[in-house]
Amino acid sequence: MDDAKLKSIIEKHDRDPANLLAILMDIQKEERWLPKETLKALAAEMNLPLARVYALATFFAAFSLKPRGKHLCTVCMGTACHVRGAPRLVDHIQREFDVLAGNTTADMKLTLETVNCVGACALGPLVIVDGEYHGNMNAGKMDRVLKPIKQE
Amino acid sequence: MANRIKSVSDLEVYRKKLLAARDPKRKTVAICTSGCTAYGSMKLNTAFREELRRRGLEQKIDIKLTGCHGYCERGPLVVIHPAGIFYQRVKVEDVPQIIERTLLKDELVESLLFKDADGKPCPHEDDVPFYKHQMRVLLANNSRLDPTSLDDYIALGGYQSLAKALSKHTPEALVKLIKDSGLRGRGGGGFPAGVKWESCRKAPSADGVRYIICNADEGDPGAFMDRAVMEGNPHLVLEGMIIGAFAIGHPGDPRGYIYIRNEYPLAVERVGIALQQAREYGLLGKDILGTGFSFDIKVNKGGGAFVCGESTALMASIEGDVGEPRAKHIHTVEQGLYDKPTNLNNVETWANVPLILERGLEWFTGIGTGDVKDNPWGGSKGTKIFALVGKVNNTGLVEVPMGASLRDIIFKIGGGIIGGKKFKAVQTGGPSGGCLPDSLLDMTVDFDKLSEAGSMMGSGGMIVMDESTCMVDVARYFLHFLAEESCGKCVTCREGLVQLCVIVDRICAGQGKAGDLELLEELGNTVADASLCALGQTAPNPLRSTIRYFREEYERHIRDKRCPAKVCKALITFSINDKCTGCTICAKKCPQSCISGEKKKLHTIDQSKCIKCGVCNDVCNFDAVSVE
Repeated sequence: MDDAKLKSIIEKHDRDPANLLAILMDIQKEERWLPKETLKALAAEMNLPLARVYALATFFAAFSLKPRGKHLCTVCMGTACHVRGAPRLVDHIQREFDVLAGNTTADMKLTLETVNCVGACALGPLVIVDGEYHGNMNAGKMDRVLKPIKQE
Repeated sequence: MANRIKSVSDLEVYRKKLLAARDPKRKTVAICTSGCTAYGSMKLNTAFREELRRRGLEQKIDIKLTGCHGYCERGPLVVIHPAGIFYQRVKVEDVPQIIERTLLKDELVESLLFKDADGKPCPHEDDVPFYKHQMRVLLANNSRLDPTSLDDYIALGGYQSLAKALSKHTPEALVKLIKDSGLRGRGGGGFPAGVKWESCRKAPSADGVRYIICNADEGDPGAFMDRAVMEGNPHLVLEGMIIGAFAIGHPGDPRGYIYIRNEYPLAVERVGIALQQAREYGLLGKDILGTGFSFDIKVNKGGGAFVCGESTALMASIEGDVGEPRAKHIHTVEQGLYDKPTNLNNVETWANVPLILERGLEWFTGIGTGDVKDNPWGGSKGTKIFALVGKVNNTGLVEVPMGASLRDIIFKIGGGIIGGKKFKAVQTGGPSGGCLPDSLLDMTVDFDKLSEAGSMMGSGGMIVMDESTCMVDVARYFLHFLAEESCGKCVTCREGLVQLCVIVDRICAGQGKAGDLELLEELGNTVADASLCALGQTAPNPLRSTIRYFREEYERHIRDKRCPAKVCKALITFSINDKCTGCTICAKKCPQSCISGEKKKLHTIDQSKCIKCGVCNDVCNFDAVSVE
């Protein structure tokens, strides 16, 4: 992230260290992940110890310190999704794309993540692909949803 | 500002003006755009708009994008007002028919109506069994208002309670009212809200600053009622908070925060819009309704940490630190956010406040259990929203009076178990709660009864489980969830949970040993006793309650190396039975390619290669895969 962009995000949040979480969110929105260099620049610009920035970036599950792939597939692992077969769904996607949850395929095409509940429990198991919610999933339906990504 | 409402009486004038400008007979299509978006309800919006434009009706009929109507199982949901016709599982292809027949000719499209057990069509929400047995107070307006329109809220009587609070009550009288109402915290603990308000009001603050926080970090997996309230009726929450700020912080300098979890982007958006509108109308900010009272609210977004639902962790996160809880030797009502007196309540708790003012003490205390006169802990009053999910026919949000029985909720409203299977357990209270067996189905649900049974209210998730759910696996699920979400501050929680996971993993893998259950119980007690915050203190609950009610199932795993529910992979085998028609689909789909057999002949699984992924069972159309 270039300096001007970073500064504008910091200014937007009044340079207030209390808004660090929101600042990191905005950086991730732009970059899709949190690059090390940007975190260093952020700490320097806000005159904060890098350790504090790093603590926040690693504490919250929403942040990724590794580059994400072109597409993002998030499987909900809430209780309702769990009892309706979400773990098997994760296993299935892991096998189909040869990637472990929390990681990105070698060709950077797809990042597979899990989330602890998105509050769409009535529709479980639920998978979010590039921001779009797909409810009542099973292995077969999952293949159809992910087919365009696989064929890219 | 043009829309600013300058006084309490102007609010009533403005409301009358709005009502006069609205034709009560005007037809409106209300489409759920909360959970139903996962079913493609935004496409319905486009389809309705295009079709109305094509017919030149866009000036005559309104489209309202609303919050959650509750009956998620049957989405996408569409309600036609003012007749209140309830259409379910609506598809884009149905749109022209709805316009042609229902909107223009007042006829019903029977194929879109819900049909009850006898096949009788139910034209209105109130005819549908799922709604009929509920008492919808907090969710009542979810299908009637556009959450991005403050005018809608005002037209339905919104902010009247605030006006009443500011003009007719003293702050002390409001605190007393909430205390007398017996309203208890809906976030989980059930602490009486009025007692909290009173302590916070009395706590000294040198500069008069008091923080009013709404906890919208609804992290319990399987619960989404706060999401539905914020996305469907955000002003109800704001109104509650503003009344609370007046009661607790006036005169003085009350300041507000709403901490919303990151996984609810739509709630963040809608609350943001609501705040902006409330400021424009002079209902928030300086000199609210010309009364001289000032209060504003800021939205903070969480970062995906379960522990931030704990009050002190949440406050640390608002301050820009990692969300670690602290010891509460000094209560947050005395020293909370930035060491100032802080009153934190959950979304649903705040949403109850305007209703108590509007309908009165007697109405509220008339609903629920126990007696709260002179003792705010004496009962559970009002309604509670539950997220009824899992293996139940009618999944969705249900609002019932406190004291409804589990049986009524699961069978009358929920319509029983999917596929006619046998009910096994219901999990309440999220990772802090427990699993209740069928022997407790007639238990009435309130804060105290649930705790006595070894579970808790939590935020109100209710996950129904059937005979194909393994209770050891459920305990394992929650232990892993909590081990992952533990902030790591207390050794017992950080290390203890991991060790509990190790033991339960071992049991599920068929390597359980005699004495494991006793070890789990002992270690569980240590985690509960020696952890600082509620996350650790309640962490062993799912484990303890499943051991308490389903001990036999654990013993089958340990002693016989069997999983009766056929879930734990290490303890089951897949085989193909003689129902096999030789259709070959399982062989094609098997990721291990370990199913062989000729076309139209019985197939077999090579057990040495089978990874027990269950794909063969999922794809088989003839019930020919046996699991033992």
